[in-house]
Amino acid sequence: MSMRQVLIYTLFERFWHWAQVTLIVIMLVSGFAIHGINQWMSFDEAVTLHTLSALALLALWVMATFWLFTTGNWKHYLPTAAGLGQVVRFYSYGIFKGERHPYRKAYWRKHNPLQAIAYLALKIVLFPLIWASGIIYLLYFAWGDTPDAALWLERVALIHTATAYAILTFVVTHVYMLTIGSFLHHVAPMVTGFDEVELSPEEEAYLVKDEPSRIR
Amino acid sequence: MRVLLCGLFAVTLLSFTFAQARSNWPTPPIEGDPLTQVSGSLTGGSADHSKFAALKGPFASGPEVTKACLGCHTESGKHFMKNIHWTWNFTNPETGQQLGKKHLINNFCTNARGNEGMCAQCHAGYGWKDETFDFTNQDNIDCLVCHDHTETYYKTPNNGGNKSCSVMFEGLPAMDLTRIAQAVELPDRTNCGACHFNGGGGDNVKHGDLSSALKHPPRDLDVHMSPNGQNFACTACHVTRNHVWAGSRYAVIAKDTSGPGRPGQRRDVATCESCHGAAPHHEGSVKHRKLNDHVASVACQTCHIPRFARGGVATVMNWDWRTAGKTKDGEGYHEHGYTQGNGEERYTYKSIKGSFTYAENVIPEYGWFNGQMRYTTIDTHFDLKNQPIAINAYLGSRADGRSRIWPFKRMHTWLPFDIGNGTLVYTHLWGEDPDAYWGNYDMGKAIARGMKDFGLDYSGQFDYLETVSYWPITHMVAPKENAVACSDCHMQNGRLNAVTGVYLPGRDRNRWVDLAGMILFFGTLGGILTHSVMRGLSRFKNRHLNRRPDHTGGNPL
Repeated sequence: MSMRQVLIYTLFERFWHWAQVTLIVIMLVSGFAIHGINQWMSFDEAVTLHTLSALALLALWVMATFWLFTTGNWKHYLPTAAGLGQVVRFYSYGIFKGERHPYRKAYWRKHNPLQAIAYLALKIVLFPLIWASGIIYLLYFAWGDTPDAALWLERVALIHTATAYAILTFVVTHVYMLTIGSFLHHVAPMVTGFDEVELSPEEEAYLVKDEPSRIR
Repeated sequence: MRVLLCGLFAVTLLSFTFAQARSNWPTPPIEGDPLTQVSGSLTGGSADHSKFAALKGPFASGPEVTKACLGCHTESGKHFMKNIHWTWNFTNPETGQQLGKKHLINNFCTNARGNEGMCAQCHAGYGWKDETFDFTNQDNIDCLVCHDHTETYYKTPNNGGNKSCSVMFEGLPAMDLTRIAQAVELPDRTNCGACHFNGGGGDNVKHGDLSSALKHPPRDLDVHMSPNGQNFACTACHVTRNHVWAGSRYAVIAKDTSGPGRPGQRRDVATCESCHGAAPHHEGSVKHRKLNDHVASVACQTCHIPRFARGGVATVMNWDWRTAGKTKDGEGYHEHGYTQGNGEERYTYKSIKGSFTYAENVIPEYGWFNGQMRYTTIDTHFDLKNQPIAINAYLGSRADGRSRIWPFKRMHTWLPFDIGNGTLVYTHLWGEDPDAYWGNYDMGKAIARGMKDFGLDYSGQFDYLETVSYWPITHMVAPKENAVACSDCHMQNGRLNAVTGVYLPGRDRNRWVDLAGMILFFGTLGGILTHSVMRGLSRFKNRHLNRRPDHTGGNPL
């Protein structure tokens, strides 16, 4: 077993990540402006920004979902109980004792078990909730004439707002986790694509011989 | 390079967003002959009336001119007799209520009925002073009040009032009816305005959105009527067929989904949509698409008339009849107390009417309106506990499918009423007789006479009660760049604060969701803070281990 610098985030994955970062930040700021929490822009600017970035984000998600399933990268997000307890124990206890993080990145498992389960929850609970409620909201012009439409709109808006608070909390936590260890060290792989990964001799030999651009 | 790509993506998105909403901005002024007002499809000019032998005169009276008019315009008399300006009578087909100035009580000068000698100055006819007026005689039609273009034509009361009032009409210059008859034209704003700008007894007293400022309005007061805008006469929107025109307040089309008609169609509506269409915001931007969605539930007037009583002429907001009748040395008097935007003084007290308060640049009230009003008429019995009594309550709701959110002027008045019967009263204000309030200042006598003349039951006991009336705001349309901003309504305590039946983002929120969201967010921040402080402390305590807490596995969650 050896530690090597391996390309684990491809160009598309990094584009996806940073585009998503930008769009989610725009959507949070403009969304909470519409909600009346901040006054950083006018209402119509906020609605315009929110709508256009929502459409862009939907397009991005369609691309990313296609990419995940065609490349097999979806497997990174499968939840696993193995090692989950250790990771939770590390963040809540071991970290204060100066222990090492218990998880080692593998070539086909780039997220630790806590990350995998958190990202999965984001992908199958929060994101679908926010875009489903958002799309229903956007299409209000088509169903606004139905009986009790305003009441249903209120419920849709309620789900949308509640999910937005959850996503905001995720973003804050996500950024905080970057600071554990070294912020730059964590951000660098999402910029360059390369990170230290523990490779088996077979993986190493394969990469060096057949995919030299993916290993340093 | 890759970061750059993401940045580029964001910048492209942003510039696309802000660039799109600016074309055709602001409304371009329209150049043209400022003297000719636009009267819809009618242009006039096909006859020079000074060349007609029938109009050579001389004319001794108005009816003589009318005879001459009808000599050529043989059918116009019959047509006009169907017009509410002639009948002053309207039976609401939906509610069955008997409406029209002939019957209604308003909360300004109370009632025209029994006071026609004064009030029927604004009847488009000659000589209506009492019940004997002949509504079938075409010669009684007043053509000139609408068609005079010399601005020298005027009307005086049809019978004499008390001396203290009739002095107002003394010493007016004599009219040259021949000259006036030879110069007739399509009506312009001054013709209609002679009455409609002075409803309620003075300039802009009643409507709030109809004042003398609209004779020559600057563009920002009314983009359609301004000579620097479209220079519309009233009839450009209040389109006419056979001397009956569209846009009665008694039957408002609150939601027009038909849009503009093809040539020859739709001569019977004055709605904004009949010209602008049902999707009037054209840019295709997110904002304009969203605004077009609003058309289903928000009247055009709600956003495009940001305030009424603009242009320097105030409107009366409160009227108190309780204070009327005070005299000095037995004589009525009046007090100035309000200087309006154009510098003119307005009365705040008149012995004959009571006290008033004025306002300018007023933000309207808003509510769902389906075009129908339910009037409190002379025969409506009401419960005093329901004060203020709505003289005309506007009807409508989000659910009925034909309402939209409309702007209103809310007029508040203390009016005399019959305590015994719980009804409004006809007050006999004008006349040469000793019962007329404008002369004797005795409200009891005036009411007794006003009721008796029409065979109405009066208990003999009167007092004053609070009333309100609602005036749909539809004139003084501002240029689009001055329209109400989205955030004026999409905010807490905004313009639409009192409007129910909608979920209004920016105004409405669920406080439990917001509270839970805030607790989640700030709780997480607190947890993060605690966690990072503990990490700092442990790093200090564990410094002998001589290494940073390992991070190789610590991908950011």
